[in-house]
Amino acid sequence: MLSRTAENLFWVARYMERAETMARLLEVGARIALTPSTGHGYRSEWESLLQASGTADGFSEKYGDPVQRNIESYLFFDRDNPSSVVSCIERARENARIVRTAITGQVWDTLNTAFQEIRQIERQPRSEWEITELCEWVARQSALLRGAMDGTMLRNDGFFFMNLGYALERADNTARLIDVKYFVLLPSVEMVGSGLDNYQWQVLLRALQSYRAFHWAYGGELTASKIMHFLILNPASPRSLISATRKAMHHLDNLESFYEVEPGTGLPQMRAKAIMTELNQTQVAEIIDEGLHEFLTRFIGEVGQLTALVQQTYLSGDAR
Amino acid sequence: MTEYFNEMFDGGQVRQPYSGLDGWMREMPSELRAMKQAEAEALFRRIGITFAVYGEGGDPDRLIPFDMFPRVFTQPEWRKLERGIKQRARALNAFLLDVYGRGEIVRAGRIPARLVYQNDAYERAVSGFIPPRGIYSHIVGVDLVRTGPDQFYVLEDNCRTPSGVSYMLENREIMMRMFPQLFRENRIEPVDGYSDALRRTLASVAPAKCDGEPTVAILTPGHFNSAYYEHSFLADLMGVELVEGPDLFCEGGFCWMRTTEGPKKLDVIYRRIDDAFLDPLCFRPDSMLGIPGLMDVYRSGGVSICSAPGAGVADDKAIYTFVPEMVRFYLGEEPLLENVPTWQCAKKDDCKYVLENLSELVVKEVHGSGGYGMLVGPKSTKEQIENFRHKIEDNPENYIAQPTLALSTTPTFVEEGVAPRHVDLRPYCLVGEKVELVPGGLTRVALTEGSLVVNSSQGGGVKDTWVLAE
Repeated sequence: MLSRTAENLFWVARYMERAETMARLLEVGARIALTPSTGHGYRSEWESLLQASGTADGFSEKYGDPVQRNIESYLFFDRDNPSSVVSCIERARENARIVRTAITGQVWDTLNTAFQEIRQIERQPRSEWEITELCEWVARQSALLRGAMDGTMLRNDGFFFMNLGYALERADNTARLIDVKYFVLLPSVEMVGSGLDNYQWQVLLRALQSYRAFHWAYGGELTASKIMHFLILNPASPRSLISATRKAMHHLDNLESFYEVEPGTGLPQMRAKAIMTELNQTQVAEIIDEGLHEFLTRFIGEVGQLTALVQQTYLSGDAR
Repeated sequence: MTEYFNEMFDGGQVRQPYSGLDGWMREMPSELRAMKQAEAEALFRRIGITFAVYGEGGDPDRLIPFDMFPRVFTQPEWRKLERGIKQRARALNAFLLDVYGRGEIVRAGRIPARLVYQNDAYERAVSGFIPPRGIYSHIVGVDLVRTGPDQFYVLEDNCRTPSGVSYMLENREIMMRMFPQLFRENRIEPVDGYSDALRRTLASVAPAKCDGEPTVAILTPGHFNSAYYEHSFLADLMGVELVEGPDLFCEGGFCWMRTTEGPKKLDVIYRRIDDAFLDPLCFRPDSMLGIPGLMDVYRSGGVSICSAPGAGVADDKAIYTFVPEMVRFYLGEEPLLENVPTWQCAKKDDCKYVLENLSELVVKEVHGSGGYGMLVGPKSTKEQIENFRHKIEDNPENYIAQPTLALSTTPTFVEEGVAPRHVDLRPYCLVGEKVELVPGGLTRVALTEGSLVVNSSQGGGVKDTWVLAE
């Protein structure tokens, strides 16, 4: 497969996952906005969304003060924001169009339809849309794409590269979502474990559509450390960091065996394995000791390095 | 008032080729028609067959209008065209081989040296090089118009990278899907052999240094190109890679593709980019599109390029006038297809005649394409004509003129029902080990009433083109 084709496929998945994350972030914001907060008001919470999505600078340049309506527009519709839902869906579709022949008709259909629908949505007055409806629409598109891939694609390198894109993007995005929680949602250290703190964790779980899953998995009281365990270290949680890493490793293995390379010898695998080993041996208490923000920042960096190795090994066409 | 040849109706009589469509047309309720038209559009959009028109704003993903009324040729009509087109494709290739070799036709005084060697499309970089099988133009698109039952004219030749073949194939697919009964009732020659024939043609011109099954790829300028859909469509049909410049590099006398498993040798490039963008070392140092070193690899027999660099010198509008001469000179035959009489504004007498008769003529730029920069005298205002007169006077060498041809019409679905609209035809001739032509081509139709400009960039549409089996 052409390296560029592999790269386009990889990015189709990354952009769709990113669109979904953006939508989920907006959902978090919308939900928080419905709840009174103590002391801080709402302002800083919206800011935290911008921080977490890495779009704070672009936003303040364009709009200045974080007003809910503007943030929603910026994160969902704005083409000046490369990470907005609309930008991501357009790019996912454009990447797919470039490699139209490397995906199945149904996968293309899903992306193309999402693209056509979003243009429809844009044409309607904003007041006709509830932001939560829009977010649900995005989550549905994302699910449709995964279903179409799973149901119709050959299990060859193209499929593995797409899934690898999903896994790496998800690892990165989940870490960033948890980081929002850390960043501003938590007004002060004294509030750890307080009623407010737990409520905000709850919002995060809901945004990840994991609220019920969490209860099935743990039962009993919501505590910060249980939730951290669920979102970071629990292999049963589909969006946890460990699940995403494991999925990345799985598809790197698939690629090796597809290309008939000796197992476990590739640089990306070795790096993925190292991340995995560390996650396997980590306890929640250790994360709290290190500092959640510090831990997440380190993790995001490691995933970035792993992505760079994938790029070098497969997507540049230079190596080997 | 000009009389136009109507390909379906001769007075009130239905001409024989169209007898199978008369009932179909009359019996189709208008609701069904609207439904089918919508279905066709949905299919096109879904498959992604769009073309991009830049610089006009609006949606760049535009659909080419598809007219469901087929255009029909009988077997004898087609055989005559086929022989003429193949003859022309052979002569054009013989000409190219000659002018990059000894230039016999110039020495014999049949074509002015200036037109050949000072032509912008003449590539000095390949002079003296003989490509595999001596073929320069592997896909020749010949644009034809019809003015009477037996009267066809060649409007122009396309020796570089004629586009539109994907429409020929997709129009047929969609017609078969929407109107299967038409294909049961009429015996229509299939066109779906084109992709196999194209692949065979490309593989048959593998370079000297290639042993074993040649690896073929299509080289595209990228997804912003208006014909990108076609490039990816053909790559998919042939099962070959679709590459861009940055996917390729040259090393050790070969051209390589960057793949996820490391470099893979490439033997035949079907390029859909212009000569100027092939190799920045050879042509344009400022180009980001090319592959540095490609021309060296090409000249040393490491890779084949289709069409060969330099092929453009044969389809220039000034050279066009001499194609019948090429047929006589190289093949010793009389041309089976006629050229449109052409006045060269570069010649004094011709130019005088053109300027005196602007309101009757079609004037084109020598290097123009896509229906841009031309004047259709009878359809233009006085002001437009005067503006154009200045242009010609300023730079006569840049223009040629032809009589306004009475293009034939075929029935076409329009808002009010069915009405005659003007059409042309572009068949695609493949030149490799064999010279082949699938029975069909792209019929372009000027959808605006009375218009003679069929280009898609100017509001033209397309039709399925049938050749009836005997």
